[in-house]
Amino acid sequence: MTGGAIRMAYDGVVACAPVTVPYRRFSINTAHWWIARALDGLRRAAGLEPSQIDGLVLSSFTLGPDTAVGVTQHLGLSPRWLDHVPMGGASGVVGLRRAARAVQCGDARFVACVAGDTNHVDSFRKTLSTFSRFAQDAVYPYGAGGANASFALITKNYMNKYGARREDFGKICIAQRQNALAVPFAMMKKPLTLDDYMTARPICDPLHLFDCVMPCAGAEAFLVCRDDDAKALAIPAVRLLATIERHNAFADDPVQERGGWAMDAGELWRMAGVTPDRIDIVETYDDYPVVVMMQFEDLGFCKKGEGPDFVRSHSFTTDGDFPHNTCGGQLSMGQAGAAGGYLGLTEAMRQLTGRPIGRPAAKAELALVSGFGMINYDRGLSSGAAILARAS
Amino acid sequence: MASDLLRLVQRVAQGSIRVVDLTQTLTQEFPVITLPPELGQCAPFRIEEVSRYDERGPAWYWNNITVGEHCGTHFDAPIHWISGKDLPHNSVDTIPPAKFIAPASVIDCSRECAADPEFMLTVPFVEAWEKRHGRIAAGEWVLLRTDWSKKSYADYAGLTEEGAHTPGPAPEVVRWLVEERDVHGFGTETIGTDYGQAQHFNPPYPAHFYMHGKGRYGLQCLTNLDQLPPKGAVILAAPLKIKQGSGSPLRVLALVEEAASPPPSRRASRGRGISTGRSR
Amino acid sequence: MTEPLARPKRKNPLRRTRQPLLPQSVRSRTAHGLTAAAAQGRFELQRCVDCAAVFYPPRDACPRCLSPRVPFVPVDDRGTLAVETTIHASTDPYFRERMPWRVGLVRLDCGPVVLAHLHGDAREGDRVRLDLKLDKGGAPVLVALPAKDTPHMTDDRQLREMTCDPKFRRVLITDGRNSVGQAMAKAFSDAGAAIVFVGVADAWKPFAGQEMLRKLAGVEIVPLDLTDTESVTELAEQNGARTDIIVNTAEHVRPGGILQRHGLTVAREEMDVRYFGLMRLAQAFGPAMRSRGADGVNSATAFVNLLSVYALMNWPAYGAYSATEAACLSAAQCLRAELRPGGVKVLNVFFGPLDTEWFQTVPPPKVAPEALARAVVQALQRGLEDVFVGDIAEEVRARLSVNPKALERELAG
Repeated sequence: MTGGAIRMAYDGVVACAPVTVPYRRFSINTAHWWIARALDGLRRAAGLEPSQIDGLVLSSFTLGPDTAVGVTQHLGLSPRWLDHVPMGGASGVVGLRRAARAVQCGDARFVACVAGDTNHVDSFRKTLSTFSRFAQDAVYPYGAGGANASFALITKNYMNKYGARREDFGKICIAQRQNALAVPFAMMKKPLTLDDYMTARPICDPLHLFDCVMPCAGAEAFLVCRDDDAKALAIPAVRLLATIERHNAFADDPVQERGGWAMDAGELWRMAGVTPDRIDIVETYDDYPVVVMMQFEDLGFCKKGEGPDFVRSHSFTTDGDFPHNTCGGQLSMGQAGAAGGYLGLTEAMRQLTGRPIGRPAAKAELALVSGFGMINYDRGLSSGAAILARAS
Repeated sequence: MASDLLRLVQRVAQGSIRVVDLTQTLTQEFPVITLPPELGQCAPFRIEEVSRYDERGPAWYWNNITVGEHCGTHFDAPIHWISGKDLPHNSVDTIPPAKFIAPASVIDCSRECAADPEFMLTVPFVEAWEKRHGRIAAGEWVLLRTDWSKKSYADYAGLTEEGAHTPGPAPEVVRWLVEERDVHGFGTETIGTDYGQAQHFNPPYPAHFYMHGKGRYGLQCLTNLDQLPPKGAVILAAPLKIKQGSGSPLRVLALVEEAASPPPSRRASRGRGISTGRSR
Repeated sequence: MTEPLARPKRKNPLRRTRQPLLPQSVRSRTAHGLTAAAAQGRFELQRCVDCAAVFYPPRDACPRCLSPRVPFVPVDDRGTLAVETTIHASTDPYFRERMPWRVGLVRLDCGPVVLAHLHGDAREGDRVRLDLKLDKGGAPVLVALPAKDTPHMTDDRQLREMTCDPKFRRVLITDGRNSVGQAMAKAFSDAGAAIVFVGVADAWKPFAGQEMLRKLAGVEIVPLDLTDTESVTELAEQNGARTDIIVNTAEHVRPGGILQRHGLTVAREEMDVRYFGLMRLAQAFGPAMRSRGADGVNSATAFVNLLSVYALMNWPAYGAYSATEAACLSAAQCLRAELRPGGVKVLNVFFGPLDTEWFQTVPPPKVAPEALARAVVQALQRGLEDVFVGDIAEEVRARLSVNPKALERELAG
């Protein structure tokens, strides 16, 4: 399923200067503050003056009433190219794609890709209740379980249909926790046992506490520019081999059991010119482990329905046979709003450039990063994926 | 040298002239005349607080009231009835004020009424009363003591499917009082001056028909008539000065020479009907 | 199997009364199409006029053909409960104190997959029927019920949050002197109300049906005169904290329009009994009811107005009466907004001419007081907001949606 036309490669474009502003469970600061911290980290990492940043792509849930435009004045930027990507967990991949084309076409030279959200004591509830018109009309009034309830239904349906067991999801969570133990500022600092996982308090059947990400405040950023500019600045960078993006795929599936990746994975691999077995590191979007399992299937690491077996037959720690969510993912780092959609990208960039915040993977030449977001009604609508390569 | 008026006031102050309140308290529950529902109805007494030292009026308490002219203890002017509609000075605002002060003969038929709630006052009964207490003089109120004011509301109204069953005057005695005794007016303890079933008399409602037809007055829903002597009490009954008013609720007072009156029997106040004590 | 509701214990006077909370009731303007259907007990979703696609959640264009012609219409309410979950944790204060709470995805036979509240007897994989209800906040929600009625199903904990079932509740019928009030007392007594207080004004005036009323199980006659502020206040002082449902049966029906009427005496009376009576009742009882919307299984739950359907369009033969009823309808709308924060519903029951004395000269069809009473109880059991009882009321409702002007002209005769 290619779109028909041959897509142009991302020649000469790189991503670099990954920034993660350490997350906090609750913050009394605003989204603007978090975004400013990420931008400041970015320009220091890249050695740029703010005036040199001529492109900005921004994602945030808690910026209201501002958008990216307001942020330019708030933070004293004057970009000639600006994008606001309100796509939650898909924001990182989508922002990267947008920025890459802008740089490639010369519309901008240094595009800062930034996502940041605060988490006030009550902001999560407020975000849930007004997340979307469908959420307001047809989801939140139904027990107000939030994304937990939506994914509980998706998880239960997946278990019914494909025989996944709670232990399988537990295995994913436990491996990620193990990866996170090496990250000094991970939200979850204690090892997770299967017993802990199985006996944790129920949230929405069949989801229990450790199936759910913990909302927190945080920010992420990276820079997209030409490879010669990165070289001139002497910052390590990664190449962009391929990307995909899809919204509202498979609308007729009664209950979501696959994401847009299943529609576009073929194109992703073709464009990258590699096969799944060549990938060294996989950073999936992990708001709930069932989504991870779906990504393994939909991105081509196994067939639909083989997710449970795939999980049973691999180990997902950074030193395992399928290094996955190598810094612990959101399940262990926390979900910093839209920044959660950036975490896989910044982590992959760090692994590929040999500067991980946690443990390094044994081999880090090629990485796959995927994003997923926007539970508009009963399912996640936006999906994306990117394949990154260590710059030679 | 004290004038008669000043002497009167002094005696009132000393208590040798007693002031008896013949008025029922105006309350919402007190029965009013009930007519067939397709006819116009007398508005019952209603009270609506305007403010009570609160945000509606911080330092004062007052009420708005609504009330029909023929509600509670009230006065009937001649204009009230069709037979008196064309008389001069027939409305409460045009009645000469001197008419609001007059002596009373109080006919006690409380024993008879206790035995028969449909006791009817007749000429022979009044003649017998005159033999004991003296002739009813011209210009006197005739007040009918029935002790009806002591009854529960249900018994007071005395309503059945046939209408009210309460004591009152026969047609002849009303005409006789007007024509033979030239009385000032007729007063009762019941809801109206007429007998309960007076709609079946000829003429219907004779107390209204004859009294008002001859320019005489009515008082109804009186109380404390048991504290008046048969003769000698002076009634002060001045209705509100309502433009072309047919009557009005009013305060009715009786002046009684102490020596001439029976010892006052303090009536225990008691709750009535289904209504329990009001806190306000 | 639904566990039958146990008669609530006496309230512990040492415990604080739980304050009412509401589920989120904000809806998009389009979603209020569901509110309109739910208020009257219809199951409606949007169906595209052009391609016949049925869809949900509410949208402003057809997701299949982009047509803007997407009205709410009655659709097949049957489906299959595809998957369910029990929510144990919620960020929402209302649901938080009602955990656990079951919801599920229902695949409707007519097409869409909907997220719905689940009745306890609807289980994953079951055939179910969907109902549109107004939740505690008066907002429309979908509820999946078992395909066939099950024993005690109205006692279901989640369902009872969305209904105003009189069972074990304390009811005040405001006027027991008329046949409607008496029929209402009987209907609520039969429906399992814990106690039915029946107001009687001017008890010194005998009235037909008095003996029957006194003999009804669970009925307690109380003095109440809606034209007397103090009488209403006094009853509220005694009973306000234990009145869960009010049914205002006070009526004042007199024929005649405006020109035939000689003066305002009758008009004042009807306004006093009906419009001011409603205000007195609401002012005296409303605040306590609004604060008791979450007071256990016998929480305060509904204020019922009986309204002539001519409140919606004047019938000049009873023109002044119609105008008074219209005033009451408007007041009821205000009251509905004011009671909503407490989770107390205002039920408006519209009826045509009743089979009572004051409509003696009006030809049938007429509504028997007993039929009106049954309709009120059923509407409360279903948690409705607007109900039309009898053929005339139904006709007026239908005609208002087609051509109100024609109705106005023809009612004028």
